[in-house]
Amino acid sequence: MKKILQKAFVDTIPVMTGYICLGFGFGILHHSAGYGILTAFITSLTMFSGSMQYIGVGLLASGASYATVALTTLLVQARHLFYGISMLEKYKDVGLRKPYLIFALTDENYSLLCNDHSDIPLNKKKDYYLAVSLLDHFYWIFGCVLGATVGTLVNFNSEGIDFVLTALFVTIFLEQWHNTKRHTPALIGVGASVLCLVIFGSENFLIPAMAVIATSLCILPDENTDTKRRHR
Amino acid sequence: MTDKHYWISLAIMVIITALLRFLPFIIFNGKRKTPAIIEKLGRTLPFAVMGMLVVYCLKGISFSSVSDFLPELIGCLVVGLLYIWKKNTLLSILVGTVSYMLLVQLVF
Repeated sequence: MKKILQKAFVDTIPVMTGYICLGFGFGILHHSAGYGILTAFITSLTMFSGSMQYIGVGLLASGASYATVALTTLLVQARHLFYGISMLEKYKDVGLRKPYLIFALTDENYSLLCNDHSDIPLNKKKDYYLAVSLLDHFYWIFGCVLGATVGTLVNFNSEGIDFVLTALFVTIFLEQWHNTKRHTPALIGVGASVLCLVIFGSENFLIPAMAVIATSLCILPDENTDTKRRHR
Repeated sequence: MTDKHYWISLAIMVIITALLRFLPFIIFNGKRKTPAIIEKLGRTLPFAVMGMLVVYCLKGISFSSVSDFLPELIGCLVVGLLYIWKKNTLLSILVGTVSYMLLVQLVF
């Protein structure tokens, strides 16, 4: 158990950095919109979603209607459907951990857990998933509350701190690229997204991009060389 | 400022987010066999989604003026090249983010 926790901690260090910086940025933003530390805590505990919390602050501050809030959430968060689909197999026999593991399936958590973990014994994997999820959730809450607290104390210029999210995804993208010989899915992901971004604009491209990606991957010929990994 | 509108909006965001995370597990609950096409999607999606997320993060850039894309471009190059060179995720993220913050705050 101790070994699993140790491995989970080491593996989550990049997300820890990302989440503490990003959560910090959220806390600052949340504070400047006029909200307190307690709501930052409750939001990060119950929603646990970087992008939606950032967008949510804007929605709340502008007094958006409930219908707008619902529709925006649906559009921004629809990508989580993909995460669930790719974790169906892994989360099959995880027992009582399942509801929490699914609840905690954020972009970052997913990016860590969608990998192979062939070095972990089969019966320890579910504990590893839980440890990673709990640690990430903790970092996130910690970052958000820290930002909200510091926001009330000092004037901190956090402009550009949200780039930490971009940096995180770029490194994961490169890591995945390095670990597989088959690059078509990755290229489809980038290509379809850029194409839809150009056609539909930055506010509306995510849903069409997801449709194009799902369709392309379905008609992609099946090769079993998918995840021949060169392990570190 | 924390009022009814805040709590109801928060509840809507929390419930819809959780619902989207749970939906695939509710639909393909293991009682019947998961269709082969969904299993195939499950194997290939992680790679495609990461590409999509990178584009999603960079969706705000435009090429109308240098300051609208150069900080992002430099930031990504720093992250990418550093990663290829050192293979250290943490280092790439830290140096990349700090360079980006310096660029948008001091240069552009």
